[in-house]
Amino acid sequence: MKDVFPLWEVFIRSRNGLAHKHVGSLHATDATLALQAARDIYTRRGEGLSIWVVPSNAITASDPADKEMMFEPTASKIYRHPTFYDVPEEVGHM
Amino acid sequence: MAKTIRVNETPLVLYTLRRADDALILGHRLSEWCGHAPMMEEDMALANMALDLIGQARSLYTYAGEAEGGGRTEDDFAYWRDERGYRNVLLVEQQNGDFARTILRQFLYAHFADLYWRAMMASKDATLAAIAAKSEKEMAYHVRHAGEWVIRLGDGTAESHARIAAALEDLWPYTGELFEMDASEKALVDAGIAVDLSALRERWRANVKAVLDEATLTTPADGWMQKGGRTGIHSEHLGHLLAELQHVQHTIPGAVW
Repeated sequence: MKDVFPLWEVFIRSRNGLAHKHVGSLHATDATLALQAARDIYTRRGEGLSIWVVPSNAITASDPADKEMMFEPTASKIYRHPTFYDVPEEVGHM
Repeated sequence: MAKTIRVNETPLVLYTLRRADDALILGHRLSEWCGHAPMMEEDMALANMALDLIGQARSLYTYAGEAEGGGRTEDDFAYWRDERGYRNVLLVEQQNGDFARTILRQFLYAHFADLYWRAMMASKDATLAAIAAKSEKEMAYHVRHAGEWVIRLGDGTAESHARIAAALEDLWPYTGELFEMDASEKALVDAGIAVDLSALRERWRANVKAVLDEATLTTPADGWMQKGGRTGIHSEHLGHLLAELQHVQHTIPGAVW
């Protein structure tokens, strides 16, 4: 089953969204049927205007065990957040 | 069934009911797969297509009720006609069989319905033209979905090829009825309300053949064709289907959600 129906990751761009967002995964024999299945499973309520499907095994993921090394060092670098500026009222929303 | 209705089948009412019954019965057949398809992805796809068809049927029944002018609703037509009152083609009531057979039945019907609704968008009947515009988009997707599977099953393994080839051979004699027109229907064609089905047949055959060729399947020659559904003479399968479809209403008439 795994060989005949490999796993695909599905990304949908919604009506008002600019980027494709990961929405889930599915099994399909090939890219064409994966796209059809994505349409049938993930856009039933008018969610999408565009679909990407990507073979799951084409994705290289970070190792959860590397979490501390990868992500914790940024926690102490609050100066990377643009929170040290006073924005004049007149500018309004940025 | 004390409440079984007798419809006043004017040409427009009959014409609308024929299309509505095709959609309802095929939609019901597809809904039978819900929870039983070979994989979750196809379970959803078949249920989606069932809902497309049942939605088309609802619009058409509602319009048939208006055209008849007797205050009948979509539910009256669906639940309170017996087998002989149904006007669908025999193709759509044929049993699901295996996945290949269901897909092949869907493929043959969707190719017809896509051409049919596209042509009906030019109908002089504004309601039917509006239903056509919505239905055509739905059937275009059914064409694609079923076609991709026909190609993969036909050009797949020896087992999948044998199964879909058998379905093609068995179901082909039911395709002639899709293009059948009687005198009442021809009058509607002349009035610009209905589509001349004979004009669609060659294109249907060419479209179907293009996919069957790619699927390494041989398009059958047109031989003897089954018919009767349009006048209420059905195969033995429709009565069983209706027993399930109508059971709750016949047990508790007027039951609502």
